Amino acid sequence: MREPSPHTEAYGLLAEFDRPERLIESVRLARAAGFRQIDAFSPFLVEGLAEALDFRDERVPWLTLLGGVLGAAIGYGMQVYTNLDYPIDVGGRPLIAPQAFMLITFELMVLGAVLFSIGGMLVLNHLPRLHHPLFGVDAFHLATSDKFFLVVFSSDPKFHQERTRAFLEELDPVRIELVEHSEEPE
Amino acid sequence: MSEDAITAPRDRYAEITEEITRIPLHYPDKLGWWICFGIALLLLLTFFVSATVLFWNGVGVWGNNIPVNWGLAISNYIWFLGIGHAGTLISALLLILNAHWRNSLNRFAEAMTLVAVTCAGLYPILHLGRPWLFYWMAPYPNTMTIWPQFRSPLTWDFFAVLTYLLVSLLFWYIGIVPDLAATRDRAKKRRARVLYGLAALGWRGSARHWRRWQQSYRLTAAIAVPLVVSVHSEISLLFAAGPIPGWNSTVFPPYFVLGAAFSGFAVVAMIAITLRHVLRLYDLVTPRHLDLLGKLLLTTGLMTAYGYWAEVFDVLYAGEQQELGTLMDRLTGQYAWSYWGAVLCNFVPLQLLWFRTVRRHPLWLFLIGLSVTIGMWFERYMLLVTSLYRDYLVSSWGEYQPSFWDWSLFVGMLGIFFVPFLLFVRFLPVISASEIKEALFEDEEQRRA
Repeated sequence: MREPSPHTEAYGLLAEFDRPERLIESVRLARAAGFRQIDAFSPFLVEGLAEALDFRDERVPWLTLLGGVLGAAIGYGMQVYTNLDYPIDVGGRPLIAPQAFMLITFELMVLGAVLFSIGGMLVLNHLPRLHHPLFGVDAFHLATSDKFFLVVFSSDPKFHQERTRAFLEELDPVRIELVEHSEEPE
Repeated sequence: MSEDAITAPRDRYAEITEEITRIPLHYPDKLGWWICFGIALLLLLTFFVSATVLFWNGVGVWGNNIPVNWGLAISNYIWFLGIGHAGTLISALLLILNAHWRNSLNRFAEAMTLVAVTCAGLYPILHLGRPWLFYWMAPYPNTMTIWPQFRSPLTWDFFAVLTYLLVSLLFWYIGIVPDLAATRDRAKKRRARVLYGLAALGWRGSARHWRRWQQSYRLTAAIAVPLVVSVHSEISLLFAAGPIPGWNSTVFPPYFVLGAAFSGFAVVAMIAITLRHVLRLYDLVTPRHLDLLGKLLLTTGLMTAYGYWAEVFDVLYAGEQQELGTLMDRLTGQYAWSYWGAVLCNFVPLQLLWFRTVRRHPLWLFLIGLSVTIGMWFERYMLLVTSLYRDYLVSSWGEYQPSFWDWSLFVGMLGIFFVPFLLFVRFLPVISASEIKEALFEDEEQRRA
């Protein structure tokens, strides 16, 4: 999902809720009303919120698998290559010894999987990103404590400052705030 | 509200956030912390002095020599690494099992893992004799045109410990990011905001972010459990792969892994009790947590005891002359104190944990944990020394006494353990606020359903 560019009139509208289930419900209603460019913010992982947003992204598990396969291949390949490059004959034992190579293969598989998993999560989430228009809203610091937020981005085709605000009012939030852009248009 | 509830059933997300983030932002007992930190710095100074003496003179300042060429350095290495494993196990295993009670324990258990693995990792490097050449363990193209011997457990060790350190660091860090964001948002001073803000990577709790975060967090946890088993099995192969009486046994990998979990759970219990008391986290770390830690300790302890028995049985069943000799050396020889010390400290006070009142009593549990930690130290020492000091040839029999610098390095290593750990307690959220809140919400949902 692309965020609104600084050329639009505002970044979006933010509605605050005090209960996680109210946020899930509001996300469902917003989607039913045709809003697509929306996001939800919560202080902890709320089961069902991603589903309500119809957000399905399985790239992190696939990246983890890819990292694991790559790590294992590099691990095993390294041991085969170095043993052929500089053969050490120990009492005629096989040079390429799969059993003895398995431990390092396994360790590098784990390392590859974890690096890809966590690295992939950060890249796909566009983190680190130290500044964000939402941080400009005073109440937003509660998004890491006990409040739950719904944002309708201005890039949504249905976005209209007054009409969207009226729609959000119907959801009975604690408050509604306009989120300004934090950057000037280029 | 019963004291058994993991967290009170009321809606108290803000309260939990406040309780956890107030510790790094407004640390409650600064004087007490400074006293502990001062002592830890003294220990750290001891480490630097001991390491300097060691580097200046070489490993000759230690007591190890042929035949006991692996002294305190390697037995402490295994001891520290074993302790570290419990942090990963307790956190990852219980995350996969969806055990909510873990949330109060996982963060500091993982931090303990990090510092313990650092202590462990330093030992083999210090033991190298020429520690500045430790990178020779890594396969890199070099002017000597040689490569490490990949069929040796010593090379496996390098990869295992390095992978373990990196994975536990990453696992701990992505777990703490949402709480660093919470601390950033509660901070009043600009410097704190900037520092926590940098560390939190700009986390803002988007549902999309949470979903990907959960995927990678759970996958890392699922991978970390077999990683622990592989790392400590590999450590045991440093012994079991050698043709030394008392080492060359197939019992070793599971015996080592269980012993590691056992010693680590003991340390986690001790840390949980101390932090709960010092930081007054009585409603987050409840008697139920202590009870469950006690049960884990008892279970892994009994499994370790089975390992002791299996080892003795193995020797008696095989009936091999030299193995029998080593068994007798362990039971009655010059270092019998380390064998019986291990048996006594590990398994005798442990039996008190059959009683619920003892498991739920902080002081008793702490003392039993301490006894196990010491007992497992005896065990690592015993496994090393009693096997090496008398092997096949009478001409190669010898003795081992740790020297002053052996002991001073061990004392100093506690500084390497406590200095970063105290900094963690003082400046970072020691308990996972976001996961406790998540568990609270899910419990509520269940009650409603």
